[in-house]
Amino acid sequence: MELLSGGDMLVRALQDEGVDLIFGYPGGSALHIYDAIFRQKGIKHVLVRHEQGATHAADGYARATGKPGVVLVTSGPGATNAITGIATAYMDSIPMVVISGQVPSDKIGEDAFQETDMVGCSRPIVKHSFLVKSAEEIPAVVKKAFYIASTGRPGPVVIDVPKDVTNPADRFPYEYPEKLRMRSYTPAGKGHTGQIRKALALLLSARRPVIYAGGGVVQGDGAELLTELAQALNYPVTNTLMGLGAYPGSDRRFLGMLGMHGTFEANTAMHHADVIFAIGARFDDRVTNTPGKFCPGAKIIHVDVDPASISKTIVADIPIVGTVQSVLRDMLDMLRESGEQPDQSAIVDWWRQIDDWRERHGIYTAPRYRTDGALIMPQEVITAVHEITGGDAFVTSDVGQHQMFAAQYYRFDKPRRWINSGGLGTMGFGLPAALGVKIAHPDSEVICVTGEGSIQMCIQELSTATQYHLPVKILCLNNQALGMVKQWQEMQYEGRLSNSVYEESLPDFVKLAEAYGHLGMKIERREELRDKLAEAFAIKDRTVFIDVYVDPSEHVYPMQVMPNGSMRDMWLSKTERT
Amino acid sequence: MRRIISVLMENEPGALSRVVGLFSQRGYNIETLTVAPTEDETLSRLTMVTIGDDHKIEQITKNLNKLIDVVKLVDLTEGSHIERELLLVKVRASGAQRDEVKRSVDIFRGQIVDVTSNMYTVQVAGTSDKLDAFLQALGEHTIMEVVRSGVSGIARGEKVLSI
Repeated sequence: MELLSGGDMLVRALQDEGVDLIFGYPGGSALHIYDAIFRQKGIKHVLVRHEQGATHAADGYARATGKPGVVLVTSGPGATNAITGIATAYMDSIPMVVISGQVPSDKIGEDAFQETDMVGCSRPIVKHSFLVKSAEEIPAVVKKAFYIASTGRPGPVVIDVPKDVTNPADRFPYEYPEKLRMRSYTPAGKGHTGQIRKALALLLSARRPVIYAGGGVVQGDGAELLTELAQALNYPVTNTLMGLGAYPGSDRRFLGMLGMHGTFEANTAMHHADVIFAIGARFDDRVTNTPGKFCPGAKIIHVDVDPASISKTIVADIPIVGTVQSVLRDMLDMLRESGEQPDQSAIVDWWRQIDDWRERHGIYTAPRYRTDGALIMPQEVITAVHEITGGDAFVTSDVGQHQMFAAQYYRFDKPRRWINSGGLGTMGFGLPAALGVKIAHPDSEVICVTGEGSIQMCIQELSTATQYHLPVKILCLNNQALGMVKQWQEMQYEGRLSNSVYEESLPDFVKLAEAYGHLGMKIERREELRDKLAEAFAIKDRTVFIDVYVDPSEHVYPMQVMPNGSMRDMWLSKTERT
Repeated sequence: MRRIISVLMENEPGALSRVVGLFSQRGYNIETLTVAPTEDETLSRLTMVTIGDDHKIEQITKNLNKLIDVVKLVDLTEGSHIERELLLVKVRASGAQRDEVKRSVDIFRGQIVDVTSNMYTVQVAGTSDKLDAFLQALGEHTIMEVVRSGVSGIARGEKVLSI
């Protein structure tokens, strides 16, 4: 059998796992591993500018491909800098394996240079973690880490590797395990047939049904099956922020996003529904508004791969634990076998009601923002970009108003196209995530929709884009303030704008982009918006920073009324309430 | 409601911290906690007493099951079960008090396991309620130090928690 050092074993195990890309940043404790990377060919390593960027880039890669993202960082600050990105992946159930260097085993606990208890620091934000005790363990640990990260409800797994374990002087026989058995981990597979049958019967008896689909449908590759089911039944579908793309955004059955900034028709339909089919969604507080007032007349079917997500905040009438794919497939088979159909007249009435809601306040039936002013409206920027890119781009985003505008107005038709930090709400996610997506899909248009606040949280990654020639578009909806914070302050704090405005301190983003070797473009006048955007999107071989000055006073609507509001209680504009 | 949850988990470093961490992270209570290896040295058995309504207990058991190190668990309070806790208590005992303490120990079927001229160390095993009652019987003034093991439990009958 071949003898390898721990460092070489680690890299070989990654190769044997099918990894061809790592995002990382070297440092003392990881140097043996970095040397092993230098001496091999199969894996490409992307050097980021900050470890947070590495985790977000790997995360973007994972969301766009479905494969686990891989990160390599050193101990201490390298590890702690990765924490935000690990938490981001954890909250959105993204498969990721993070390898962190650690001080040598005999120094652990001595407050050694660049020592931090990574397993401890990351414990509440990982699916699992390993501290490697000897080189011989490495192949099995790597195998387990990838298995855990990518099965069941996916999530990040940390492998903490003390430096002595990777010592090039100590060599051990290497064999990558073919099979894996873990007595303590059995991810959910197929759903219970009886429960699925009951769910289908309830669904068919519905008079006011809504399908509420979340990120699990995207992550679990269930979008096609979901679309088939919704179309077979002719039922309305709403997606969560994480689920956008799980159902085609341009289909007439799509109600738009639901929740805090969901559409009027989606939230109102949910409120009046008699049966809600929740799949791959977790009744997040940004979806349900006040749990006690959530959908008072609805019976709830809840499909999720994670039993702990079921009946956590909203009690399910019919819980089904299983993968999205298997449950949907079983349900479609049963539907076909039974030949049953819902009550057509009830569904026609329901659609008539929904169409009326759409007509009254829907954001897709008429612009619900100002269209006659001199200032550029953020909504029309996203709408224009949607048109120019044919709705087919990969769109990453940061966090804030721009994120909501992108979610509302870039109507995603396909899964894995909308990549944002929904659960943790991490500013700084967008740019590094876009780089990860671009590496996965070099021939596709990749846009980072951002704001002048968020972009500055990981702006250093502009340099990574230069080094690896990653021509993404950065679309900055610049309102010279922390827009969402400001919106809340205006709505709930009588306009006291505590620390949410930049007061002439913003950099010249055009020059900044140029300093990194990219192209910068500033758009300020409404009449030049479309032409300039078209010009920017015609450039395919350079990173373009498009700094669009938008109306700084604009708010995101609809916005659910808080606290104590129900799903249907919304602000529709600054003055109009349901 | 008070529940006794018994967990079989991998006897690995860090496993206990994951369980304890879960409780603090999600705001669950731990009243008592005991843990020791089992006859199979790759497994530890952890028993905890927690308080919560049915919804909370369901979430606790689901989230415990989600931990990769947890192999199996049971809520012992769902069925009939035996629970025991061990109490060691140092009691002031001099003069007339000595007989008084000894009588209480006998009533509660405890044992005096250490003696000096001024004190007894008493060992009592039983349910938590029984130990509470014994301490109450002794009275605050005589008690010098108390140590309790936390609850261990096992199901009655042929039901076993094993892999």
